[in-house]
Amino acid sequence: MSDSPRIIARRDFLRIAAPALPIALAACGWDGGKHLQPVFDKVIAANNKLGEGLLSLRHGRAYEQQIARGEMPSYFISKPAMPILADPSAWHLEVGGMVQKPTQFTPPMLAALPHLGYTVTHHCVEGWSVVKSWHGVPFTTIAALVEPLPAAQYVQFDSFDDGYMNGWDIASAMHPQTMLADAFEGKPITAEHGAPLRLYSPIKLGYKLTKYLTRVTFTDKKPGGYWEDQGYPWFGGL
Amino acid sequence: MTSIPTDTGVTAPTPAVEPGAAVLRHRPLVRITHWLNAVFLAGMIASGLQIYAAYAHIGYHGDTFNVPNPFDGSRLAIPGPVKLGGWLAGGLRWHFTLAWPFVLTGVAYVLFLLFSGEWRALLFRPRDIPGAWQMTRYYLRLRPDHPPQGKHNPLQRSAYTFALVLAVIAILTGFAIAKPIQLSFLTTLFGGYEWARYWHFVTVWTFTAFIVAHVVMVFVADPASLRAIITGRYRGRFASHE
Repeated sequence: MSDSPRIIARRDFLRIAAPALPIALAACGWDGGKHLQPVFDKVIAANNKLGEGLLSLRHGRAYEQQIARGEMPSYFISKPAMPILADPSAWHLEVGGMVQKPTQFTPPMLAALPHLGYTVTHHCVEGWSVVKSWHGVPFTTIAALVEPLPAAQYVQFDSFDDGYMNGWDIASAMHPQTMLADAFEGKPITAEHGAPLRLYSPIKLGYKLTKYLTRVTFTDKKPGGYWEDQGYPWFGGL
Repeated sequence: MTSIPTDTGVTAPTPAVEPGAAVLRHRPLVRITHWLNAVFLAGMIASGLQIYAAYAHIGYHGDTFNVPNPFDGSRLAIPGPVKLGGWLAGGLRWHFTLAWPFVLTGVAYVLFLLFSGEWRALLFRPRDIPGAWQMTRYYLRLRPDHPPQGKHNPLQRSAYTFALVLAVIAILTGFAIAKPIQLSFLTTLFGGYEWARYWHFVTVWTFTAFIVAHVVMVFVADPASLRAIITGRYRGRFASHE
């Protein structure tokens, strides 16, 4: 008789345990706990590296011009109202950190720089997308003016939206479609979408695109980010 | 080996093994990948539903496509207990971590199928069409006796082949919506980002339907096969290996 009690016990255990395990995990909205969280951290970090590798492999790959679709919603962190400058004339963009020529860019200086425009798909991490048009100063133009040091492998973008900030890899920042946008849908950008100036690029998820910009810092230390520090992927590349 | 005639005139080999004696049906790699896959797929579905729930519509924001979707957020919300991760970021961390072992398990299994020759017993081929028709007739009670079969009958082979194709579509649409620019050839293949997301979502429901049918058929048609996928040994009524 090969059906020994040991085999029956093992069979019954597996019969119950195999389907019950994922159900039990799911039922409590489990985040992985202290044992799996470090595993997630490692795998997500590897995913980020893979994203950077893909970007460098296919450098310059850009979204093509499209027809506008959908409605762009508005998100900000400040409560209760969306962030609006008390004195717009006092605003300027500070670009510094590991650069040869730290510069303060005033609105007239930015307006005088050559602009880039495109109509592209915008992707939110939630899963929705819209197709909208953006105009702004290519990030490479700003970088050429301030002359970053070779050691600066990251860029930190700060805002006046209650501490909202993002850290980027230099390759994504220097992508030909990454810009500091001052116009949305053919009109000067409004407060809903990050006036007076916001970061924009079709190669990153929406939460990487800092609105209400105040400062751009070239650095050799990997900066965090508002959502990234709470568990969203740091690279956020598409 | 003797043969018995069936009512179609096709002859089928008699079982090579005495009924009641255990035959080795599933090799360890098949059993291990099957159960790993069960866990990983359940995790992928549960964390995927957590992600889907963050925007439970198909189409552009504010411009929902008119496609069949009973789980559109305005109709039926995804219930909490089937979601994994607690919130969107938690769901993403599970999904983008489990995706790798899910893919690797599948690749290991497919390589085993190819190199062991097991694919002959598993994959549906054109020669299975007459047999599939006879199995359909049996299930519709148009023929009284179960057609003789080996390890899997032709309808099982069609279901398992379909599940493999479904897994490939799930993985490719997953990469298509994760990297719509860097892997834009994939995204374009599935009709663009919004449609790739839709097809990714459709695979979830198709997989769920497959799993339900798969488990029901185990208990209804051949309960002995449950033991076979756990211990490897089979002592049920379809004892022939081929």
